[in-house]
Amino acid sequence: MRNVSAKQTQKLAMAGIWGGGMITLLLLIVIIGYVLIQGLPGINWEFLTTNPKGGLSGEGGILSTVVSTLYLIGVTLVLLVPIGIGSAIYLSEYAPNNRLTRIIRYGIETLAGIPSIIFGLFGYALFVTVLSFNFSILSGALTLVCLLLPTMITTTEEALKAVSYSYREAALALGTTKWQMISRIVLPSAIPGIVTAVILCIGRAIGETACLYVTMGGSAAMPSSLLEGGRTLSLHVFYLAMETNAMDKAMATAAVLIIIIILINALTNLLAGRFQKRLKGIS
Amino acid sequence: MTIYNFNGQTCRGGKIKVKNLNFYYGSFQALRDINLDIPGCAITAIIGPSGCGKSSFLRLLNRMNDLIYGSRIEGSIELDGNNIFDKAVDVVELRKNVGMVFQKPNPFPISIFDNIAFGPKQHGKKSKIELEEIVENSLKQAALWEEVKDKLGQSALALSGGQQQRLCIARVLSVEPQVILMDEPCSALDPMATLKIEDLMRTLAKNYTIIIVTHNMQQAARVSDTTAFFMMEPDRAGSLVEYGSTSEIFTNPKDKRTEDYITGRFG
Repeated sequence: MRNVSAKQTQKLAMAGIWGGGMITLLLLIVIIGYVLIQGLPGINWEFLTTNPKGGLSGEGGILSTVVSTLYLIGVTLVLLVPIGIGSAIYLSEYAPNNRLTRIIRYGIETLAGIPSIIFGLFGYALFVTVLSFNFSILSGALTLVCLLLPTMITTTEEALKAVSYSYREAALALGTTKWQMISRIVLPSAIPGIVTAVILCIGRAIGETACLYVTMGGSAAMPSSLLEGGRTLSLHVFYLAMETNAMDKAMATAAVLIIIIILINALTNLLAGRFQKRLKGIS
Repeated sequence: MTIYNFNGQTCRGGKIKVKNLNFYYGSFQALRDINLDIPGCAITAIIGPSGCGKSSFLRLLNRMNDLIYGSRIEGSIELDGNNIFDKAVDVVELRKNVGMVFQKPNPFPISIFDNIAFGPKQHGKKSKIELEEIVENSLKQAALWEEVKDKLGQSALALSGGQQQRLCIARVLSVEPQVILMDEPCSALDPMATLKIEDLMRTLAKNYTIIIVTHNMQQAARVSDTTAFFMMEPDRAGSLVEYGSTSEIFTNPKDKRTEDYITGRFG
């Protein structure tokens, strides 16, 4: 009797798990499929190579917004990744288990839960106003760094902690310094996890609108330096959807956005694979 | 006792002298009043029931316990006359000199070649020819060369457990230590692989001082020259009960507790 019910419970659990997985997959396919089907017909050479011209019908293309987006993500990552990995190494390998460390951890966890518009306001107050970077890619990137650091640090720290303690012992027992152990054994082994952290951050950076609107402004002109404002693809989608009646162009822009995310993720994985090989000294 | 004169004068393995050693984890005393002379170029087995401080003792010899927050040491351990806890001692140099093989084989998740070359590389050897020589020599010494010479580029994790453990021994040999510590090196291995490691230990003992912690008393009897028997005191601090040549400990133990343990009455 007990056996039968245990088997039934298992069947039920399997159905639930399987159903959950299917729903997730279905949602993914429907959303991406919908955006691509609606958006792809609107993408052509002219759309990709002209700047937005404004107006109620959303004239022009998206060139400057693509450039602004890539520019912003590049600057953000250059600042975010070293600081994030450095902090994670400190917390995972060096920080003593004391009150100060607990306060730092509590701070990071709290920061991770604060809405992005608050970071936007902070960025506006500090970077745009006090430091006079004005509405610029630099202000936007610095704001994103503040916003994303908690995610970057905690995800990287998890990746570092997941590296087996036995590798660390083996390295130290061979007479390596702690830094050699970290840089040659722990970091290379943690790279897949760190890549996940970077991809998560890129995804969030691309998706942000509000906090960038108040730090980068919304200029659709082509940015020519770090200190000029710009409009990201997400902001442009928002603008097209709310201020114009060019829903087709909004969809086309969204499709480009999705394609860029897929490309960046693939590129990150590729680079990380190469980097991991180099760090591990495999020639 | 002066019976520990095993392989003559040419031995490069270090002699270890432990004097009045006490070791604490915070307020808990893990080892009490250990005095022990470990001969060079011989195998010393450390046996005793679980929790008697065998592994803690072994990990003091290359100062791996330094990593444990709140650990504290009294007394001294001398390697060829120099106290390893002296402030002037560079712990990184010490660990190069006193290698360690762990309970579970723990090769790095990289190629066989890179596992062996890792230590020498970190210690500044860059030349490819030199590294290749070290890798070949170390693997030959560890009796693994014939099995892996055609697949040095493959991941070390693809090897069997016994091969992985010999790889770990080769990795230790690559930095030319004087002493090799082994913390139950065969407990995760099958009997055939265990036998291979034991043969290897006998060969290595000609040039290296080997100290092995083992739960397996037959292993201690088979492989070691001298044996130290540790036991837990009522307050759970480990102490040395008896130490002497292996044949004496196993055939004619002086202490009743040693006899009870080796005849399997407890532990």
